[in-house]
Amino acid sequence: MNALLHGRLTGLLALAAAIAILPAFLPNNFYLDIAILAGFNAVVCVGLNLLIGYAGQISLGHAGFFGIGAYASGVLVGTYGWPPIVALLAGAAFVGLLAFLVAKPILRLKGHYLAMATLGIGIIVSIVLRTESGLTGGPDGMMVEPFKIFGVELYGEKVWYWVVGVLLVGVVWLSLNLIDSPMGRALRAVHGSEVAAEVVGVDTARFKVLVFVLSAVFASVAGSLFAHYAGLITPAKADFFKSIELVTMVVFGGMASTFGAVVGAVVLTLLPQALTIFQDYQQIVLGGILMATMVFMPKGLLPTLAALLPARRRA
Amino acid sequence: MKMLATTDLSPDTTTQARRVGPPILKVEHLSREFGGVLAIGDLSFSIAAGDIHSIIGPNGAGKTTLFNLVTGVYKPSGGRVLFDGADVSGMAPYRLAARGMSRTFQNLQIFFNMTALENVMVGRHLHLNTRLLPALFRFPSLVRKDREAKDRAAQLMADVGLEKYVDADAASMPYGALKRLEIARALASEPKLLLLDEPAAGLNATESREIDEVIKTVAASGVTIVLVEHDMKMVMGISHRITALNQGRMLAEGTPQEVGANPDVIAAYLGAAP
Repeated sequence: MNALLHGRLTGLLALAAAIAILPAFLPNNFYLDIAILAGFNAVVCVGLNLLIGYAGQISLGHAGFFGIGAYASGVLVGTYGWPPIVALLAGAAFVGLLAFLVAKPILRLKGHYLAMATLGIGIIVSIVLRTESGLTGGPDGMMVEPFKIFGVELYGEKVWYWVVGVLLVGVVWLSLNLIDSPMGRALRAVHGSEVAAEVVGVDTARFKVLVFVLSAVFASVAGSLFAHYAGLITPAKADFFKSIELVTMVVFGGMASTFGAVVGAVVLTLLPQALTIFQDYQQIVLGGILMATMVFMPKGLLPTLAALLPARRRA
Repeated sequence: MKMLATTDLSPDTTTQARRVGPPILKVEHLSREFGGVLAIGDLSFSIAAGDIHSIIGPNGAGKTTLFNLVTGVYKPSGGRVLFDGADVSGMAPYRLAARGMSRTFQNLQIFFNMTALENVMVGRHLHLNTRLLPALFRFPSLVRKDREAKDRAAQLMADVGLEKYVDADAASMPYGALKRLEIARALASEPKLLLLDEPAAGLNATESREIDEVIKTVAASGVTIVLVEHDMKMVMGISHRITALNQGRMLAEGTPQEVGANPDVIAAYLGAAP
C-alpha cells in the first residue's frame, strides 16, 4: 500500500493489473456496468483531486463541467452530426475556456466563499440544461448516439470497460507525472502557503487557474464518453448533488493522493449498490459510514491504511 | 556558499575600510496606513549592495509592515520602492522574486504538506520548467533539471545545517530547524537581496549563534541581507548598518556604534528620561 502511494510506476502497474484481472471476477454485465461507472467517476476524481487535494482549492461545481462535456457530445453528434471524437474535443475546449473565464475572478476567493462561487457554476449549468429544452431535451434528458471512431462503433459493457480502464490508467499516469514536477510542487505550495510560494517566484494565481482548467477538462472528457456509453443523459448528471458526490469521493479516498481518489470513487460507487440490502435505510447507513470514516480516518481511506502498514511492520 | 575565512564581517574593523556598494534597495517617502492609522510614515532610506543592514525598533515600530511593503505583500499608500534602480512599488511578490528578491517570515510560512527537501525545491521554481505539458508528459529535459534541482536543494539544506532533515516531512521538524528551512528555501531562488524577518526569534542561544553564522556565510557569498531582529547582540554583531524605526518613522541610521549610542534610540527602547 505504501508503494501504491509512493512508487509512481509500481502504483500505476498495480492499478493496470487490477483493471486487467477485474473482469474475471465480474459475473455479468450488471457488475461490469458498475465498474464502468466507477471508472468514469474515478477519472473525474483524479482531476478534481489535483484541485482539491493538491492545490487546496474547493470546487462544488465540477459536475457542471462533466455535464457540459456530456451534452456537448450529445448535441453536437446527435443534432449536428459531428464525429464523436471531434465533439469530445470541442466540448473539452469549450469547458477549458469556460473554466478559465470563471476561474480568474473566483479563485481569488478562499474557503467558504470559493465553495459558494463554484456551487453557483454548477447550478447555472444545470438550470441551462433543464430549460434549454429545444437543444437539450429539458429535464427528461436526451438520447446520445453511440461512439464511432474510424468506422468502429464502441458498443456494449465489455468494450466500454476497456475504454474506461485505459482512460483511467492514462489519467492517473498524467496526474502522477504532474504531481512529481515543478508545477506539481508549485500547486502543493499554493496549498501550503500562498505568500511563501509567491516570494520564491510562484505566480499563485496562474497555477490555481491552470489546475482548475485542467480538472474541468478531465471532467468534460469523462462526461463526453459517459454520454456515449450510457446513451441517455439527464441534467441530474450536472447538478449540485453530483458535484457533492464527486467531492465526497475525493475526500473519502484521501486528499492529495491520486490512488486515494481512485479508491474513493470506486468504493463510493459500489457502496450504494451494496447497501441496497438495507432497503429503506440505505441512505442512513451510507451517511453513517461516511461520517464514521471522516471521524476515524480524517485523512481519508487510502492514506490512513498506508500509514498503518509500516507501523505494523515495525511493531 | 562556503564561508570565506578571509572575509572579516565584524563591523568594528570594517566601518572605515569597507567600500560602500551602490544602493540595491531604496525606499522614498514610503508610507502605509491601515484604516487611518499610519504604520509607516514618510520613510526614506537606502540599502547598499553587499551589506547586512538591520532594521530595529520596538514592537509596533513598523518593521514587518516595511518588509511587507518592500516585498510586495502590501501596496504602499504613498512613496516608492526602488529595487536595483527600478520602481517596484506594489509589484507582486512573485515578480519581485524573479528580479532577485526573496524573504523569510516572522511567523513561519512552511509548506507543511511537503517534505523539507520539497520545500527547498519549490525555491528553485524560477529556475525550472514549470509549464503544464512538459510536466504531464514528463519531458526528459524537465526530469533531468528536476534531478539537478533536488541535488542543489539537498546541498542548500546542508549549507544551513539541515542535512539530517533532507527526507523529513516539514510537519515533523522542530521550530529551530524550520527557521533555517525558510532561509534555505529563499536561497534556492538565488536572490540578490534577502530579507530575514526575525530569523532568531524563539531560538535558544546556541541556535541563535548558528543562525548568525548562516547569515554571515550568505552575506559573504554576495547576497545583500536586510534583517529585522530583536536579538540586539546579534544585530550589533553582524550588521554593517542599522536603521532604527519608531512608530513608523525613521529614528536613527548609521553604523551599529552610532545607532547604539543614539539617545533617541535608547529612549525609544527604554522609555524617555523625564
